[in-house]
Amino acid sequence: MIKRSFMKKKGTSLLMVVLTTLTIALSGCSSDKAGDSANVSEATETGTEAVTETQTADATQETDNLSKLIVGIPQDIDGLDPHNATGAGTREVFYNIFEGLVKADENGNLNPAVASDYTISDDSTVYSFTLRDGIKFHDGSPVTVEDIKYSLERNMGVDGGEPLIKAYSKIDSVNIIDDKNVEIVLKEADSDFLTQLTVAIIPASNEHPETTPIGTGPYKYVSSSPQENFIVTRFDDYWGQPAYIKDVVFKIESNMDAIVMDLEGGSIDMMARVTSTQAAQLSDKFEVYEGTMNLVQALYLNNDVKPFDDVRVRQALCYAVNPQEIMDFVSDGAGTEVGSAMFPAFTKYFMPELNDTYNTDVDKAKALLAEAGYPDGFEFTITVASNYGQHVDTAQVIAEELKAIGVNAKIQEIEWNSWVSDVYTDRKFEATVVGIDASTLSASALLSRYVSDSGKNFVNFKSDAYDAAYANAQSSNDDATKTEYYKECETILSQEAASVYIQDLPEFVVLNKKFTGYKFFPLYVQDIASIKPAN
Amino acid sequence: MAKYVIKRNIKDNPYLVAGLVITGLVLLLTIVGVFWTPYEPTAMNASQKLKGISLSHPMGTDNMGRDVLSRVMYGSRITLLIAMGTVFIGATAGTVIGAVTGYFGGMMDEVVMRIIDALFAFPSILLALVIVSVFGTGWVQLLVSLGIAFVPSFARIVRGEVLRCKNMDYVANARLQGVSDLRMIFVHILPNIKGVMASAILIGFNNAVLAEAGLSYLGVGSQPPYASLGKMLSDAQQYMFTNPSYVLCPGIVIVLMVLGFSFLGEGISRWK
Repeated sequence: MIKRSFMKKKGTSLLMVVLTTLTIALSGCSSDKAGDSANVSEATETGTEAVTETQTADATQETDNLSKLIVGIPQDIDGLDPHNATGAGTREVFYNIFEGLVKADENGNLNPAVASDYTISDDSTVYSFTLRDGIKFHDGSPVTVEDIKYSLERNMGVDGGEPLIKAYSKIDSVNIIDDKNVEIVLKEADSDFLTQLTVAIIPASNEHPETTPIGTGPYKYVSSSPQENFIVTRFDDYWGQPAYIKDVVFKIESNMDAIVMDLEGGSIDMMARVTSTQAAQLSDKFEVYEGTMNLVQALYLNNDVKPFDDVRVRQALCYAVNPQEIMDFVSDGAGTEVGSAMFPAFTKYFMPELNDTYNTDVDKAKALLAEAGYPDGFEFTITVASNYGQHVDTAQVIAEELKAIGVNAKIQEIEWNSWVSDVYTDRKFEATVVGIDASTLSASALLSRYVSDSGKNFVNFKSDAYDAAYANAQSSNDDATKTEYYKECETILSQEAASVYIQDLPEFVVLNKKFTGYKFFPLYVQDIASIKPAN
Repeated sequence: MAKYVIKRNIKDNPYLVAGLVITGLVLLLTIVGVFWTPYEPTAMNASQKLKGISLSHPMGTDNMGRDVLSRVMYGSRITLLIAMGTVFIGATAGTVIGAVTGYFGGMMDEVVMRIIDALFAFPSILLALVIVSVFGTGWVQLLVSLGIAFVPSFARIVRGEVLRCKNMDYVANARLQGVSDLRMIFVHILPNIKGVMASAILIGFNNAVLAEAGLSYLGVGSQPPYASLGKMLSDAQQYMFTNPSYVLCPGIVIVLMVLGFSFLGEGISRWK
């Protein structure tokens, strides 16, 4: 009897056993606190990480190692082929290596990159591009119009496959005009199509894009080790402003709990998306940049289930929930309030006045509930993905706030993959807290999901006025008119209380003070080329 | 006379004394928590976030400004309930399976014990994780899944003991008197192995407390805003360096709970 003989010795060693077990339980399970931005639009997760040894060998002997930057990334990249890599974490690294015909900047503008100029026909069906003079690939060969045609057609799936990007099924043909000009002809008008043209232009001559990544960006690929690192170096023939720092190592950080120690110990110089608790633990060797995650965090309500099918109930919840209080509890007041399905980085579309559609008013909320037939409140369940600590915390604060109007919110934590299948895909939920981001620089990336018959409309929002406004926005070619219609969409979402919009979560980026120049983007990218030595 | 025996036994049995005192304290904390807590366990207070130990908050506050003592009083109830339920399911099913297979032997014994062996091959936490991921999260699922995971160890222990007792004289004697099989198992054999079972149950209880802490730590246990002790530990870990009292207090209560019941088990097994 093993158990009995164990018991004899137990008296003295028991405390040790218990303490050891607790210690293992504490240190053994690291939770994915990284990337609290649930990248819902892509349903890709930015989660796993791995700590590795740093490569200290440095070719150039510069004084205090300012020619090399080590950036911690939360997970390994999911492939070297830019057209087949889908992870948001991969896109943020590849931004430095690959460029499309146009390229996003930190203000959300699309600037010509591989193309030096472009024109869009009045009916928004023909996009014409002029190839930039003298632009070269990382292997030294010049970029040709054939390369552009090859890259775009690869994404269209002309070799028989499905289009790699859904919007590319709209392309009728890519035509080479001459050795400087190329035009893209669309099957139907789409004035937002430019936002889709950031996909990497890669050389047609490269037979193995999945193993030898060649692009036109400010950094070129050197080597990568799975679960360890991804190393790039400055591309000296870059067409634009060359990068400041010569060598950049993207180091995979598996253990989010070790980030503070790795930063302090010097094995990484930069880490994006740390928590406010981690940022608070850092010494003054580091600069903490505060930005926003560029997503819309909300208490998303399933508009199809009772009682949320009644607009008055949804409005009552909007009156009862106080976004500022949530920010105070969850992130020490950091974050930006949003009043509709648009985050502030889209300055052109964001409407700060919608934050005031529902100012916290418990009496009004109660009155609305009574009007809707729930004078004594009701009970519902908030389903939330357990790996996103900020969303779970937000749900707890909401549940506490809703008690004031007699509504009892239960919280159900589920694992991320179950969340994606049950809540997002099958729409079997009453309410959920999550953040939704934009995959392109177009307002439609956030607003298209609220169209009644959209496959992404997981909240089952239905409004004829909204559908009409969105259709108008899509069909108009004038940018100002388009923006007006998008704003009308936002206003409808706010007034109809499609969901309880809360905030754009704060994002903290830590950079060693030896370096400076970090820029926040309205997209999920890290622009390493803009970082320079502090002196 | 009887009084004297008990007194002497307790005096010679420091484990029992320590076990009774520690367990008593933890139970007192839990039972008081059912009727009264210093604060509402879910009440948040933005101005009292992550405070250390003080008079108004004897165990400090958490990241939402909730009183840790109140939450511990509430959480220990969940933890105890899950541990007791787990052991109840495990011990009942395990005893029946173990006693029947051990007593009758033969083909059924072989088949059932191989199934138990297969169940044993899974680490109990992994098994519970599988069950929880199939049937959803929540403390009822957690209780049932941990209970099932605990069946094999009880079945093994009881079967071994029944096998040992089966050939003893008193069993043969009873059989001569024409006692039925069922009565033989439950009236004649089981009372004779109660010492072993008592310690198995208490060890099982400790394992259940730790397993629940581990599973809640992985996020499959009790649902927020209420938290079991294990869940509190997991929530507190990111504040381990900045606000140690938040992680230490629930941790110490778990240690005391397990320690108390272990001493109690040791004490009972030494009871003459």
